[in-house]
Amino acid sequence: MKIWSSLLVVIILASFAWIGVDFLHLTTLFGIVVPYIAFLIFLLGFIYRVVNWGKSPVPFCIPTTCGQQQSLPWIKQNKIENPSTIWGVVGRMVLEIFLFRSLFRNTKTEKTGNSLAFGSAKWLWFGGLVFHWSMLVVVIRHLRFFLNPVPGFVQGLEMLDSFLQVGVPLLYITDILLVLALTYLFLRRVLIPQIKYISLAADYFPLLLLLGVAVTGILMRYFFKVDLLAVKELTMGLVTFTPTVSAEIGAIFYMHVILVSSLVAYFPWSKLMHAGGIFMSPTRNLANNSRMVRHVNPWNYQVETHSYTEYEDEFRDKMRKVGLPLEKE
Amino acid sequence: MAKLPKKEELLQHKYDVPSDAWMDTPVDIKPGVFCYGAKGKNLEAVGFPNARDWSPSDEDWKLPENWKEIFLQGMADRLSKYRSFRLFMDVCVRCGACADKCHFYMGSGDPKNMPVLRAELLRSVYRRYFTKSGQMFGRLAGARDLTEDVLKELWYYFYQCTECRRCSVFCPYGIDQAEITIMGRELFNLLGLNIDWIAGPVANCYMKGNHVGLEPQTIMSNIEFMLDDIETITGKRIKPSFNRKGAEILFVAPSGDLFADPGIYTCMGYLMLFEQLGLDYTMSTYASEGGNFGFFTSNEMAKRLNAKIYAEARRLGVKWILGGECGHMWRVLNQYMDTWNGPADFLEEPVSPITGTKFTNAKSTKMVHITEFTADLIYHNKLKLDPSRNDHLVVTFHDSCNPSRGMGLLEEPRYIISKVCNNFHEMPEETIREKTLCCGSGSGLNAGENMELRLRGGFPRANAVKYVHDKYGVNVLANVCAVDRVAFPALMDYWVPGVQTMGVHELLGNALVMDGEIERTLNLRSEPLPGKGVESDV
Repeated sequence: MKIWSSLLVVIILASFAWIGVDFLHLTTLFGIVVPYIAFLIFLLGFIYRVVNWGKSPVPFCIPTTCGQQQSLPWIKQNKIENPSTIWGVVGRMVLEIFLFRSLFRNTKTEKTGNSLAFGSAKWLWFGGLVFHWSMLVVVIRHLRFFLNPVPGFVQGLEMLDSFLQVGVPLLYITDILLVLALTYLFLRRVLIPQIKYISLAADYFPLLLLLGVAVTGILMRYFFKVDLLAVKELTMGLVTFTPTVSAEIGAIFYMHVILVSSLVAYFPWSKLMHAGGIFMSPTRNLANNSRMVRHVNPWNYQVETHSYTEYEDEFRDKMRKVGLPLEKE
Repeated sequence: MAKLPKKEELLQHKYDVPSDAWMDTPVDIKPGVFCYGAKGKNLEAVGFPNARDWSPSDEDWKLPENWKEIFLQGMADRLSKYRSFRLFMDVCVRCGACADKCHFYMGSGDPKNMPVLRAELLRSVYRRYFTKSGQMFGRLAGARDLTEDVLKELWYYFYQCTECRRCSVFCPYGIDQAEITIMGRELFNLLGLNIDWIAGPVANCYMKGNHVGLEPQTIMSNIEFMLDDIETITGKRIKPSFNRKGAEILFVAPSGDLFADPGIYTCMGYLMLFEQLGLDYTMSTYASEGGNFGFFTSNEMAKRLNAKIYAEARRLGVKWILGGECGHMWRVLNQYMDTWNGPADFLEEPVSPITGTKFTNAKSTKMVHITEFTADLIYHNKLKLDPSRNDHLVVTFHDSCNPSRGMGLLEEPRYIISKVCNNFHEMPEETIREKTLCCGSGSGLNAGENMELRLRGGFPRANAVKYVHDKYGVNVLANVCAVDRVAFPALMDYWVPGVQTMGVHELLGNALVMDGEIERTLNLRSEPLPGKGVESDV
């Protein structure tokens, strides 16, 4: 149900563009209006979410420490996994964001008879890393459509990505990797019973949407081969706020565009916001230095306590009997 | 106490999942798993709302009329006060990396004990009432109404989490179920739905100064009892001081160490060490608790209990504070105390009077962990040690959850052990340091009525102990936590008979050569030391 409804939504979205362009000729709507609205939603939504998180303070210094603390000078501190300075935190965050450090720790618990064993389980880490890096490369490659002239690093990246020199146009490795990684992430969600059990529609939908984006993009590049000049004219028009849809571009392009638009518009309201959230996670982005530097809670307030005076008043006789010093004899 | 099942029965579980969706699987509150509900009088003692006697196994939890409003309002309040809470409600992608990292899941196979799903129990409510998608799409968006059954389910599983943070180590976004459990328990507390094993100690600690409810004269007589034993063992009569003004150091131990076997042996180790050093210290009967069960109740309650430590340090005019071996106590002291009740500007930056070492890592909070203090002493050769007295012991070290994942106290206790014991073996790498497995009884779940839960939750740890027990003959599980010392004896008797539980300072006390002591023939437990003087006939 969750999977099929997610798939259905992706298909309906793509059909909108197909029908809209091929039959109703609504190219302005699908080529200009939809991308603009989607991008606006993405931008405002992303800012709204981050600001919303930011509005809640971090009352306590609660890093999850994953190594030796800074302690005595002759005990070697793990400055990255248990940082006590801002630089250590930066190091920790860099490893987390670029290499998925925590996921790299993953193990698989196996129970055989009366004992447990912890096996290696790096596939999720690997699949996740391949997906995210491929996605990043693909996004950077797409800058060629939004910048004129195309910057050197984008061209360099394209060359690297197509170094296999296969096919016409040249095959990008990240296109393959992206689809493979997404397929893996989707299949593990469907095939591993425990993962399926915890999965929501909100987990299948983004995967299928991303697959839709990737597949339409690949079809467009390698099979339907749309008019790239016309595409660039449109995309450059979008970024310079002088959008025009001049020539015929195939429906597959508009299907790609509507799926991308759906993805970015959906992004801020979904779990995909982990992309912003990871930077703000207090268990990772704080230094474990709360004994060295006082962490201030902005809403700290006075509380009722049971004072020593009250305590002594209650126990004075008993304290006197055992010879404890008293404030009031 | 519920009758204990046989090992084989406890280990029947597999990690399968039911065919029905988790939202369609109603909660079954099982004896042996849940803890008794808080008694009204214990909640009233500290002024908590909706105090009443109630039982989790009853159909009627006697909830206040407007319980739903209280719960949701409490949630809104906490979402705006804790970024962690809001973020952890929003960013989970349900990748499942945390799923099999929880000791309760490993030991029970109950899928709602996967940290991700335990969090989803509350996230589903969050989505329904605090997100647009949840309001519009309901169940399709993973949202569900807050009903009494949902409340009971939340309660049941949030008291099957020891706030150990192991899941947080593996989460790619650092989502910490402990943080979510803490928030959930605050919400239950608003409804008077605490458990008595937490509420009782909290009331005790508030009124009497410690969880176990020792009144000042009882603390004194308990210590007297230890001093008698120390005299028998070492020939030396020690005179510790209490509530003494003008001492240099205030020493605060978890009250478990003042109370019962085997914690008292750790306490004897502290006392012998301080005596040997001639340390100018005092203990307090008012601030006689380092631990903080308030932390398992609400942030406010934790702060109220913790306030006593600085208040007493100020009253007595000490320079700095030394803290004993306890797990969650150090999470609180390291990450919360200064924020709640600081700045401790009336104290001085801690300096060891013996070695002159400045404890710069505690320069603001002014509280030093005793293993930091002792490791420094040993490093500077200030202690005469005879590790051969511990030669009959084959030791492994259990990293307590909080010192490892909420502090990073990993090498200090290991260094001490390496100098006071000759036989030491680590448990497998995936089960120690930041990946350490919980004793299964933390966060106030060390009651008697939930023994089945504790045995299940402690099974992964015990399994690792069994590994080194079988492989190297390990017979001592050393630790730096009072709850460990209470929980492990039963756990070991059940899963790995023949393994004793000892605090690090018990091992130290045994190895410590004191000036003018008699030849040791007994260990701190008053058992004959093998190969030393009188041979044991047992």
